[in-house]
Amino acid sequence: MEKEKVLIVKYGEIAMRGNNRKLFVTKLVNAIRKNIDSEGDFYVVREQGRLIVESRKGEMDTERLIPKINRIFGILGVCPGIRLKDKNIENIEKAALEYFNKYRESEKTFKVLTKRSDKQYPMISNEVSAEIGAYILENCKDIKVDVHKPEMTLTVEIRNDAYIFSKFYEGCGGLPYGSSGKAVSLISGGIDSPVATWMMAKRGVEVSGVYFHSPPYTGERAKEKVKDLGRILSEYTGVFKLYSVPFTELQLYLLENVPEDKLTIFLKRAMMYAAQKIAYKEHADGLVTGESVGQVASQTMQGINAINAVCTMPVLRPLSGMDKQEIVDMARKIGTFETSILPYEDCCTIFVAKHPETRPKTSVINKIEKRLDKLQDIIDKAVDEAEIFEL
Amino acid sequence: MKVYFDNAATTRALPEVCDLMTNIYTQNYGNPSSVSIMGLEADNILKDSAKKLAPIINCGPEEIYFTSGGTESDNWAVFGTAKGYIRSGKHIITTKTEHPAILNPFKVLESEGWNVDYLDVDEKGYIDIKELSDTIRDDTVLVSIILINNETGTIQDAEKIGKAIKEKNKNTLFHLDAVQAFGKYKIDVKKWNVDMLSASGHKFNAPKGTGIFYMKKGLKVKPLLYGGGQQKNNRPGTENTAGAAAIAMAAEESYKDYDENTRKIRELKKHLFKGIKENISGVFINGDDFEKASPYVLNVGFENIRSEVLLHALEERSIFVSAGSACNSKKKVQSSVLEAMGKNDEQIQGSIRFSFSRFSTIEEADYVISALKEIVPVLRKFQRR
Repeated sequence: MEKEKVLIVKYGEIAMRGNNRKLFVTKLVNAIRKNIDSEGDFYVVREQGRLIVESRKGEMDTERLIPKINRIFGILGVCPGIRLKDKNIENIEKAALEYFNKYRESEKTFKVLTKRSDKQYPMISNEVSAEIGAYILENCKDIKVDVHKPEMTLTVEIRNDAYIFSKFYEGCGGLPYGSSGKAVSLISGGIDSPVATWMMAKRGVEVSGVYFHSPPYTGERAKEKVKDLGRILSEYTGVFKLYSVPFTELQLYLLENVPEDKLTIFLKRAMMYAAQKIAYKEHADGLVTGESVGQVASQTMQGINAINAVCTMPVLRPLSGMDKQEIVDMARKIGTFETSILPYEDCCTIFVAKHPETRPKTSVINKIEKRLDKLQDIIDKAVDEAEIFEL
Repeated sequence: MKVYFDNAATTRALPEVCDLMTNIYTQNYGNPSSVSIMGLEADNILKDSAKKLAPIINCGPEEIYFTSGGTESDNWAVFGTAKGYIRSGKHIITTKTEHPAILNPFKVLESEGWNVDYLDVDEKGYIDIKELSDTIRDDTVLVSIILINNETGTIQDAEKIGKAIKEKNKNTLFHLDAVQAFGKYKIDVKKWNVDMLSASGHKFNAPKGTGIFYMKKGLKVKPLLYGGGQQKNNRPGTENTAGAAAIAMAAEESYKDYDENTRKIRELKKHLFKGIKENISGVFINGDDFEKASPYVLNVGFENIRSEVLLHALEERSIFVSAGSACNSKKKVQSSVLEAMGKNDEQIQGSIRFSFSRFSTIEEADYVISALKEIVPVLRKFQRR
């Protein structure tokens, strides 16, 4: 009797609208492969509405694999189960009993639920359930059938092969990566921006990161840190594309040409311009920032307004209403916190004024910016020279 | 051109040292404790290595122990003395300009109730030997002093310090942290009354993970580790024969042509600073002048510059140096050594350490000067206002 231990991965089918479905499924398959590749020699098979993870060598450590699969956005959860090549009812019965005995703990009631996508199969679903249920009753002690509130539900799926599973491990939810379109996220390397990026990615937005690199004011290690954060995010999304935009020339230009107390506002506006230009390149329809209202001087409503004034596309600020502690807790949960707190210079802290303006007037800022005749050229050049990493 | 002026952080391992190690790892790989001929051969490698190292610091080969490096040796000196001599007293002394491998063990003992004195230094980094003498009490069990400071190259007068300690209290042990000195400075533990000494292989072209601990015969200093009885039960664990041979070879090499190398590198240090001074305003040396400080370390303060930025700018031109101390740059704390020498925050933040090896050249120094000439004015133009 040939049977294999497999993982049955369920994903949210409804979210995968129309023609793109194949694409999303491919993305999920790639994300799963990427996350479990280091754990052994596995392959992923597409079944209708399911992905089946199998091992080439037959063995799998489900306790290690399941969390790695479950952190991928769009995956509803994972069931450890077995697969039978031989769909003969006698064979299924025997395997079901064996599975039942192995996974049954103290359960006293059960039911068998059969789904049949192989319409050529000689029995209909209810007949299969009844047959297997009876077989288990005959061969087990202390067990009753309860079709309404069973303590254990044994699922039998008859597809190209037959599958038996019971336990369901819930995934982290969210929508499949990319199913809600694209955005570009500004990532500094601090605690907030990776969390903001994660939150939008969870809602199915395909997010590319933009990091502003200002050598020699920021070092290679600061850039490597942002790449590390991108690698962590890619465990949820499968891939993460990161732009590293050289911003030294721009920073120095601003330092020479704008009032010191308004430096931060101008810098953030310049970052928005640059991110927006990258968004056009990426065919993205929005920006993501880690701004949280009131957290720092530039994040007052007046500050946000002055920064937002340069944006022509929506800016998603998922953290805007969160407290720092809430953001920290989330960063810990998603695993970016320890990397975020490594003490390398980030691009915003180089030339910060001692007393930055907290209530900038957008009209005044716009007026000063009119005098900055080289600004857009410098930003264009920076965006053109950006390094791109696929993490 | 690539210029590595960060030799106080670590050095490259010599190819001949690596060849020797490969040989031992692949041919003479016996366990020195084995009874067989292979064990004997391995044991002889250890003995030969100790024999080569002992005369360098004027001790007996049986007083040399092989460790994993400077940190282990430093920790051994502090904790081993504390454990072995706790009945003689609970007072220990060090300086404010020690390496963290000494300072942190001292802090641990302090938190466990030991009395600890941290000696001040003057603006050039020297301790006041009279103050040291006054600080030593009847119950002082240990004085630990860094011979050459890793950040500034200031050399303490170990001979006078040893004399002062033993005159005040002959039972007080003297540990010398010679991690930056070994291989670059002549050491005499007998003449200087040194009881324990620490050295690290990777500071003088042996590989990382190799270290030496000298401990005078007859001390009651306890081991850090307990195990299978190796190294007279003082430092158990299967010996790193390849590492021992490597550190011995690298040490011998580093003391060949000692006078010539010292002279050459002192010239190089002078040349570099002169070049910097002539081309860039607002620079100063942290530490003592050329004749007195170690020729291998040049710590320069640049006014109105942040050393981290200067470090990255130099790195863009393939010049590798340190800001403060390499061990500190990850933690984003500023140099406590320079602080102890009375430098203010701005001076500390603008300080860069150039550290040389005997292989460093004048051409490399010239390349660094020309790079600094270009970089510093630009960095000074753009800064926080």
